[in-house]
Amino acid sequence: MNLLITNGRVLDPSQNLDDARDVLVENGSIARIEKNIISNGVEVLDAAGGVIAPGLIDIHVHLRTPGQEYKEDTRSGTAAAARGGVTTVCAMPNTQPPIDRRSVVEDILGRARSEGNGVRVLPIASVSMDARNEQLSEMAELKACGAVAVSDDAFPMQDAGFMRRAFQYAKTCGLVTMLHCEELSLTGGGHAGVGKGGGVMNEGRVSLEMGLRGMPRLAEEIAVFMACTIARAVGNRIHILHTTTAGAVEQIRRAKNDGVKVTAEVCPHHFALTDEACRGYNTDAKMNPPLRLEEDVAALIEGLKDGTIDAIATDHAPHAAHEKEREFDLAPFGIVGLETMLPLSIKYLVEPGHLSLSQVIEKMTAAPARVLGLPGGTLREGAPADIVIFQPDEKWTLCAADLASKSRNTPFDGHEMIGRVQATIVDGKVIYSRRANRV
Amino acid sequence: MKLRRKHILGLQKMGADEINLVLDTAANFKEVLSRPIRKVPALRGKMVCTLFFEPSTRTRASFEMAAKILSADTNSLTVAASSVTKGETLKDTVLTMQAMGVDCFVIRHPHSGAPEAATKWVRGSVLNAGDGCHEHPTQGLLDLLTIREHKGEIAGLNVTIIGDLMHSRVARSGLWGLLKLGARVTLCGPHTLLPPEFAAHPITLQSDCDAAVEGADVVMTLRLQNERMDGVYLPGVREFARLYGMNEQRLSRAAPDAIVMHPGPINRGVEISDDLADSPRSVILEQVTNGIAVRMALLYLLLGGGEN
Repeated sequence: MNLLITNGRVLDPSQNLDDARDVLVENGSIARIEKNIISNGVEVLDAAGGVIAPGLIDIHVHLRTPGQEYKEDTRSGTAAAARGGVTTVCAMPNTQPPIDRRSVVEDILGRARSEGNGVRVLPIASVSMDARNEQLSEMAELKACGAVAVSDDAFPMQDAGFMRRAFQYAKTCGLVTMLHCEELSLTGGGHAGVGKGGGVMNEGRVSLEMGLRGMPRLAEEIAVFMACTIARAVGNRIHILHTTTAGAVEQIRRAKNDGVKVTAEVCPHHFALTDEACRGYNTDAKMNPPLRLEEDVAALIEGLKDGTIDAIATDHAPHAAHEKEREFDLAPFGIVGLETMLPLSIKYLVEPGHLSLSQVIEKMTAAPARVLGLPGGTLREGAPADIVIFQPDEKWTLCAADLASKSRNTPFDGHEMIGRVQATIVDGKVIYSRRANRV
Repeated sequence: MKLRRKHILGLQKMGADEINLVLDTAANFKEVLSRPIRKVPALRGKMVCTLFFEPSTRTRASFEMAAKILSADTNSLTVAASSVTKGETLKDTVLTMQAMGVDCFVIRHPHSGAPEAATKWVRGSVLNAGDGCHEHPTQGLLDLLTIREHKGEIAGLNVTIIGDLMHSRVARSGLWGLLKLGARVTLCGPHTLLPPEFAAHPITLQSDCDAAVEGADVVMTLRLQNERMDGVYLPGVREFARLYGMNEQRLSRAAPDAIVMHPGPINRGVEISDDLADSPRSVILEQVTNGIAVRMALLYLLLGGGEN
């Protein structure tokens, strides 16, 4: 595919580029980035007023397939990604069955090829068979057939002995272990505790006044400490998923200073909202880990600024309306996020002056690529032409009913967004164009 | 004056003027309760549906008596006998009852926030009869009425609430009402059942029961919620009774005219000693009577529209 993108501001943190340039794509790859490129006979895409950046990489997505296609499937999930400017999604393994064997990896990759809207879908394998944290998965084979990392997301490892073996084996296979850090004895079971009396939101004043069981911040901090301590001993690479507390940020900062090979991510909702959003028993504000306090939000932003937190990822977790329209205790954890990652990051990080636009784009492109050792996240010559074009200042109102995802579970319905995706391109092919409103 | 709300979900959201309106209305209704024929036509033709997703004897009986004295029709759904056991959701249950024509839903539910969720789906009023660990507003109001009858004025009183403050929806309702009406509140229990976040409000937290009772005008003991003790909060009832059980000796530290309250059902010898429960200091049975008056007042204010 050949394409000339003109009149835009090229923003590529991977090569410290922020300048008015044209981008020429040839045969699906970045051919040239220069001023005023003349190329006859090539399709031209006018990016006037827009930013041209590497396509976003979301390393934390629940595509729900196989097994829970009533929540999301490959077609709807990748459509949501394309609309959000996300060109690569890493699919979490808590599917049914979990991604713990070759056949499931191949199933996901096959679906992505046939109904993936051109979005790159990279499976993350489960650390253990059946996600039970009792028997290791065949990580070498899972990697060979396409898994890019291993994770215990939603089913956090509790046993230090098993965690150490998992780290050692993942290191053998050259895989990063992505960790859901939660000490379940303090939270009452996490995902598995829903409907069984487990905690359902942050433990604090708001949970007390609402009469809901809390999930103390301590639970995350102890788990982060255990993971970093074991990783220090084993020398493997770990990635902390959805960091939410000031104490966890501090643990990660210290571990990094001590040379532990740890990276971390934060989700937009955790720096955009606090536990106050749960008032009125709003199940669209229920996720795990839960929304925390103002002081945690400040620490997360500080962590993004000083590099303690490497990346922004969504934890896109679709659930059907009938599952969320329930008693708060009984509703499942999670919200959708692919279509709001960029505008929420601009609104809550760039607009108040915490980070520059370039820093924020880096957290969603080069940084996640570095975390998992993925090829994308750059507009260097010769790289695959995965590109997002967006209007950085455009204000618009999110309407949950208009989401491309099958599910509508977002706490941002009716909220003002800043920054809007104009086009999303993978391998030089336009997979989403707002003007054409097609995915 | 009228209530500024269609639903009664908790006292935290109500204004002091609304709380006083309910108490004044309830005080008037107490006269009806002493008549030889206990019936007024205020809510004739109105349908009150009690939806109890959790066992209850006194609250449910009290609501039904209140509705009947006001001449409303009542319809009761008990969870064990309903489609909920077949997997019907809360939303579908209330929508079904709504379709039969209900003016007021009285809902008790084991999960906090269930009555508030129901307000999104029904046209009628919702009255919270106790939701999880959240609130039990009619209990809070009947406690306030009882205190007012004995002490005249709630402002300035020293009120000590003792027991399982972590799980108690009774404490969670009474607390807001007492604070709004100007009482000085002390919460007392072991640290395992006394969440420090209460300190975000002008409340004294005290784990030493003798110190907490010192000078109290009102001592409210809470039921030890055995059914909610899913964790290791206490070594057992024996030690709880020793540290936090209310008895004549401990009560001697309180004001000479202090009253002792309990929402029932009582675990005799645990939260409160046998002697004390039956003594003149105890107002436990007055609380039960006032419960009917308070529930009449709320049904009347929500459904009566001020006619009559």
